[in-house]
Amino acid sequence: MAPPFIRLDGVRKTYRRARTEHLAISEASFDVGSGELVSLVGPSGCGKTTILRMLAGLTAPDSGILRIGTDAERFDPARDVGMVFQQPLLLKWRRVLANVLLPAEILGLPIAASRARARDLLDMVGLAGCEDKYPYELSGGMQQRAAIARALIHDPKLILMDEPFAALDALTREKMNLELLRIWRESRKTILFVTHGIQEAVFLATRVVVLTAGPARMADNFEVALPHPRTLEMKTHEAFGNYVRRLYRLLGMA
Amino acid sequence: MDDKALALRRITVIILSHLALVVVWQLFVTLDKVPAFVMPTPLATVATLSQANYRWLDNTVVTAAEIFGGYLLAVGVGVSLAMLFSWWRGFETAAMPLLVTLNMIPKVALGPLIIVWFKYGIGPNILIAFAIGFFPVVLTASRGLREVEPELLDLVRSIRGSRWQLFTKIQLPGALPYIFSGMKVAAILAVAGAVVGEFLGSDRGLGYLMLQVQVALDTAAMFMAVILISLIGMTLYAMVVLLERLLVVRDARLD
Repeated sequence: MAPPFIRLDGVRKTYRRARTEHLAISEASFDVGSGELVSLVGPSGCGKTTILRMLAGLTAPDSGILRIGTDAERFDPARDVGMVFQQPLLLKWRRVLANVLLPAEILGLPIAASRARARDLLDMVGLAGCEDKYPYELSGGMQQRAAIARALIHDPKLILMDEPFAALDALTREKMNLELLRIWRESRKTILFVTHGIQEAVFLATRVVVLTAGPARMADNFEVALPHPRTLEMKTHEAFGNYVRRLYRLLGMA
Repeated sequence: MDDKALALRRITVIILSHLALVVVWQLFVTLDKVPAFVMPTPLATVATLSQANYRWLDNTVVTAAEIFGGYLLAVGVGVSLAMLFSWWRGFETAAMPLLVTLNMIPKVALGPLIIVWFKYGIGPNILIAFAIGFFPVVLTASRGLREVEPELLDLVRSIRGSRWQLFTKIQLPGALPYIFSGMKVAAILAVAGAVVGEFLGSDRGLGYLMLQVQVALDTAAMFMAVILISLIGMTLYAMVVLLERLLVVRDARLD
């Protein structure tokens, strides 16, 4: 069997501040296959964001193994990460197209090709015709679409999403879930998706990784065997309900 | 009503309210029979411009040079210092408390000292205008440069963006609205600084002229000098606002 694209094995992380130590993650171990969309679920403050920051190379684990990439699929930490956050964090003074281009500028990618790619991406996320608008002219959902296009501009192999739809209203959130699944299918990226939303976690993911309250420890890691493409109607199926129940139980809510 | 018609209406209202003030002024003086040495009429005020020995043009140019010079110095030094702070946090930690204390000094009180050190003239007056306009610029600019969302920092770092890229692409443009709000405050203060400098010791400028004509109780000329000083200040302020409109997207502007 081919090695997984991402492997975490016994990862432990402590934050030191002045004289206090805060154990953020006591033990995290899971694999993510290439092209998977994995949901990371757990209570607030359980270190989910810390795991994303470690995968982005922004902080290193204290111990354990964290490896991204395989011989077949090389991973360049400088340019193979795209990030999406809870807030769109678009630059107010840049038009949408220029916002999407930001990572390409920082990485020094050829500008003409990047512009063409940015237009294609805006098309893909459903923002065709919004290239020359300013962020304040877009709704929250549209801003988040632009943020997703920005995360894809440098064609990274791994997309890290930290509760990207948590600030949206419920209907927009459902719509964005479907959009994300479509974007994922079309772009064939590996996606790690942190969420508090239990339904969302199951609906989106090929696999769900569950962490317990801080310090984070692995609680579960299971495959979601629902067919693709997913439809909202699946949420009414028994199989979906079973996954959701399993998650509620794990998080001590049922 | 479209945007153009709205803008036209706003401008009309502005002009009318100013005209109304002039009319009220004229009526007040003539109906109340206020003596000219207490308050001249608007017409008498404008008429003093024909007094060649007051050298209106020269004095206006001198005062304008002091205001603009002190202001540019305040903005240049203030923004540079704020940049230095953002690059070198240790320096900011050490210097900021000092700046806050120095800011407490009434800058006008430094005037006599500055004149002792640098004699009187355009240079020292520029310094006084600078001293009074500098603080709001450095304080707002360093605040603006500090206001970067931590996640945006993560985004740039995750693709190994350099410190310089973070500065030019995110910090500086993000700080512009703050810098402009400081620049607007400084524009008003710089005018006051230059005029105080001229009061304290000077042989040219509108402030100097005011002291000269005060002796002769030429109130109309004093009124005219105040109006000209205000016009210089308004010109400076308008230029700053125009620059802000050009550089800062509407949504990002403060106030």
